[in-house]
Amino acid sequence: MEHELHLCDLPVGSIGKVTRLLAIGLPRRRMLDLGLIPGTKIECVRRSPLGDPTAFHIRGAIIALRYEESQQILIKPL
Amino acid sequence: MKLTHRSSEKKVNGRNNNIDFSDPNIKIIALAGNPNTGKSTVFNSLTGLNQHTGNWAGKTVTHAKGSFYYRNQHYVLVDLPGTYSLLANSVEEQVARDFICFNQPHATIVVLDATCLERNLNLALQIMEITPHVIICINLLDEAQRKGYFIDLNSLNIQLGVPVVGTIAREGKGLEHLKDITYQVVNNLITPKPAKLIYSSDIERTLEKITPQLEKLLGERINARWVGLRLIDGDQSLLNAIYEHIDTFPELKKESEVLKHYGETKQSNILG
Repeated sequence: MEHELHLCDLPVGSIGKVTRLLAIGLPRRRMLDLGLIPGTKIECVRRSPLGDPTAFHIRGAIIALRYEESQQILIKPL
Repeated sequence: MKLTHRSSEKKVNGRNNNIDFSDPNIKIIALAGNPNTGKSTVFNSLTGLNQHTGNWAGKTVTHAKGSFYYRNQHYVLVDLPGTYSLLANSVEEQVARDFICFNQPHATIVVLDATCLERNLNLALQIMEITPHVIICINLLDEAQRKGYFIDLNSLNIQLGVPVVGTIAREGKGLEHLKDITYQVVNNLITPKPAKLIYSSDIERTLEKITPQLEKLLGERINARWVGLRLIDGDQSLLNAIYEHIDTFPELKKESEVLKHYGETKQSNILG
């Protein structure tokens, strides 16, 4: 098993696979609804000028996540 | 033609905004779907732009309703707010959920974007868990075709267990078929049998325990299995909504305290 990264540490242009969600309750539910389940491929598309939020490509849609959210998503870089 | 908050402020009256749910001659059809799936287009083509704006008591989220006739049957179509989910508790989601759950429309049409099915089916599955009277409308088939996607409506129908209709609402294609299927579902000529989602064994075991009790508390009014799942989720907002709509709560409340605790400890185990 490769090492896990927090999604917020995934560099722009690289791709990872979701391994775990650390969030619980409603934020977790929201992430699941966005399609973030273990095994989902996720690409870091671009970062906003001030570094937050960051746009990710998730299952056919570009979705911006804040640092607080992307920190709670663990991925394995591909 | 989307409705803004402002356009809806004009008519605010009564909880259901004059929909007469007791009139047996009127069939209530809910229209649900993700944002930007062409829900409004489907709505307008079905109703011929015959739409009124509506609003929910105490909520500022708009829904439109309009009516149409098909085979001498009067249908009222209720356009619910576009949502990705019914579970994450934004106001839009609560409005959509409460309508499907408590007003119990005769059928719910779920409009899905054919170019983005994977993302859209989430909502369809959630609605199928609440009510069996579901019709899936796969819209934007032309755009999907342009992207080179082929949607196998027939096997979707078989796998989901509910009728699946393909449409290109912008060109009016497939809408007659949609009306016909709606007619058949509403008049029990087709009985949709949504595929049941089976959860992990600890969740299923808990459901086995609580569902019979919930059935006693809720009767036929709401799907007990689904309420059980929400209790395990610790979904307080659904409980609040149930308190608002039904008068058999004290026991339910007791139940929820125990289950909320259970939900919190188990939640992290549900997925990895």
